[in-house]
Formats: sequence, C-alpha cells, structure tokens
Amino acid sequence: MIATLSWLLPAATSEDGGFTPPTVGEFFPGALFFANTPFAITRINLIMMLMAGLLCLFMVVAFRKPALVPRGIQNLGEMMVDFVYKSIVEEILGANGKRFAGFLVGLFFFIFFFNIAGILPLIHISPSSVIAVPMVMAVAVWVVFNYVGIRKHGLGHYIAMNVFPPGVPKPIYLFITPIEFISTFLLRPITLTIRLLANMMSGHLLLVLFFSATWFFLLESDGLLKIFAVPSFLMGFAFTLFEILVSLLQAYIFALLAAVYIQGSLSEEH
Amino acid sequence: MILGQLLGAAAEGGEQPSILFPAIYDIIWGGLSFTIVMLLFWRFVLPRFSAVVAERSEKIAGGIQRAEQLQDEAAAALAQYRAQLHDARAEAARIRSQAEADREAILDQARREAAEVAAAIATQAQAALALERTKVIAELRGEVGAIALDLAGRIVGEAMSDDARARAVIDRFIDGLAEVSSVADAGAVAQDRA
Repeated sequence: MIATLSWLLPAATSEDGGFTPPTVGEFFPGALFFANTPFAITRINLIMMLMAGLLCLFMVVAFRKPALVPRGIQNLGEMMVDFVYKSIVEEILGANGKRFAGFLVGLFFFIFFFNIAGILPLIHISPSSVIAVPMVMAVAVWVVFNYVGIRKHGLGHYIAMNVFPPGVPKPIYLFITPIEFISTFLLRPITLTIRLLANMMSGHLLLVLFFSATWFFLLESDGLLKIFAVPSFLMGFAFTLFEILVSLLQAYIFALLAAVYIQGSLSEEH
Repeated sequence: MILGQLLGAAAEGGEQPSILFPAIYDIIWGGLSFTIVMLLFWRFVLPRFSAVVAERSEKIAGGIQRAEQLQDEAAAALAQYRAQLHDARAEAARIRSQAEADREAILDQARREAAEVAAAIATQAQAALALERTKVIAELRGEVGAIALDLAGRIVGEAMSDDARARAVIDRFIDGLAEVSSVADAGAVAQDRA
C-alpha cells in the first residue's frame, strides 16, 4: 500500500530501477516536425489534426445529402446533433438559441472528439489534456459571450448589469462589485479551462498508472506479486470506461456553461 | 513536487515546461483545428440539420393534415353510400311489392281467361254433342224403325211394308223410346257438368 502511494509521487521510486510512474512529461512529447519553431508538431498535435479530421469527415458524410428519412450515418449524426441541440441550445437559450447552435454544438463535438482520444487504442492521450486546447476554447467562449452582451446592451450597461446586481444595499456594492467583476470576466474562462484540463490530465495519468503497473507486475515483479497485475488491470479497465463518461460529461458541461454564459449576456436582468 | 510541476518547472532548470503555460505550437494547431471544426458546424452541419428537421416536421404535419382530409372525405363517401343503400333498399321493396301485385293480377287474369276458354270449349263441345245426338237419334229412329218392322214382320209372318197402320205403330213405339232416352240424356249432361 505504501509502495502504491509512492507511485503517485513522480520519480519517487525510479532510482532503484523498479517501477517508473507516469509524470506530467506525458503531456510534453517531443516535436516530430519543425522542432523549435512556433509550428512544431508533436504527437499530440498530430492527434489534434486526426481527431478534428475524423470529426469533420463524420459530419460531412452524415450531412452531405440529408434525406427526409435518415439512415445509417446520417441517422447517427442527426441523433447526436439533435441531442446536443435539444439538451443544451434549446434548454438554455430557447428561441434565441438558433444563432448560437453552430457554436455550441460544434463546441460539444470538438471537445468530445478530443476527449475520447484519451481512450482510443494507439492514441491514448487526449489533446484536451494540454492546456492550450481548453484555453483556446475558453477564450472563444469568453469572446462570444462578451461580444453578445456588448452588442445587445452596449458596453457600459453590459458591464454595469454584471457588476451591479440589483436589489442589493448600496454599501454592499463595495464588496460585491469587485467579486462580480472577477468572477464574470476573469474566473469564467479560467474555470472552464482548468475544469476540462484537470479532468483529462488526471484521467490520462490514472490510465497510464494502472496499465504501466499491470505491465510492471506481470513482467518485472517476482513470484506472488505478479498476481497484483489482475486488480491493476481491472482498475485500468474500469477507469477506461469511466473516462468515456468523463469525456461526454466534460464536453456537455463545457458547452452547457457556454450556453449559460451567453444566456446571461442576453438576458435583461442579471 | 507535483505542485512544483504544476506551477512550472522553470524554477527547476527549465527542462520541463509548466502544464499551466500553453506551448505556442499547441495553441496554433489546437486553434486551427478548433476554427475549422467551428466553421464546419456553423456553416455546414447546423444549417443542414435545421433544414432537414424543418422539412421533416413540415412533411409530417402536412401528412397528418392530408390524412385528416382523406378521413373526412371517406366519412362523407360512407354517409352518401349509406343513404344510397337506404334508397336502393326502399326501391327494391317497392318493386317487390309491385311485382307481387302484378303477379296476382296476371294470375287472376290468366285464371279468368282459362276459365272462359274452358267454358267456351265445353259449350261448343256440348253443342256438337247435342247436334251429333240429334243426328244419331234421327238415323237410329229410321234404322230402328226398319229393323223393328222387319223383326215384327218376321215374327207376325206378314210384311208390314209401307201402309199407314204400320207407320203409326212404329211412330208410337219410337216416341216411347225417345222419352226414355231424353231422361237418360239429362242424366248424362248432369254428370258432365260435375
């Protein structure tokens, strides 16, 4: 048990030539092309392109010739888009949602395809677990909801309605205004980023931990210790299933929060 | 140590970048993928999705409307059919009773005509019969007279040819016969009638 815990601490046991636990180095693979330039391409960047390409391919095939009676891939694509559209766009934004449907549904599918790469055989790492990806998306959401709010209410009114919530005694604004400002304009993108990033990183580290432990027990440990390969593998398998859920859930939460933020910017009172 | 890695390994010699500071190439490739996917959804997927869903719901709504219309038409046709059926039944009943009446009339007519014809035939036959009998009686009267005379002559032994006495005897005798035969005739005619 103590040994198990020590694996969680990177480099804790690697010196004695035994088990080497995963480190965050996992998320910084070396460049394969264009090293040391801004356009360096690492393994994770290749996975980004692959997953984005797969998503585009799937959607193009599904909606290339939409038939009134959907079948095959169109049916699947429609069901998925319909689910996201109904449960996020219509649920949160209602009739206003049509304008943002492409953004929100696209967000969901982009995140989901990136997330699910974490459990795909031979890929086994999610591009969402490098901070640039969630950050880019969080910035996009930030830009969209602020742009929408400013377009609708004007800059002054938009900021005022966000930092001066109505129905509060005047002196309280002294505390509430900075808090509201920070939470709306700074913390929203940060929490969006960290929530997704941390989920995908920890998921990946857990999978690597359990499967490399399985490998270690099976091949390199002595005698009875080999038995530990079984629970270790089962845990890895269970977490693989769990990761599917997490992939969906995080994509859903990200898109849902984006919709909620947009709705907040559109509404008259805040 | 984990915390150190989270906050940036730059302090430890810059061998490993911080997980909280994005690499420029990750931003570029991630941003590029993101932009492409977003454009695809914005320009391609959602417009087509909305279009096909709208078209489908329109089709379904239109179909329901058409079905309702057809149902109304069918109901109207059924009512009309029922009315026609009712009329046809009444007509049939009327024709049947008419035919019944006609049949009775025709039968009556035929019966009457048959009776008339039968009566005419019977009358005619009786007339012919009577005529025949009269003729036969007349002939017989002559022949029987001759035969009786002959017989009587033979019995008496002398010829009773044409003298007045003999004729008077014969006439009296035949008159007696005629009375007997007319009574017999009346009996025969009564039997025919029955």
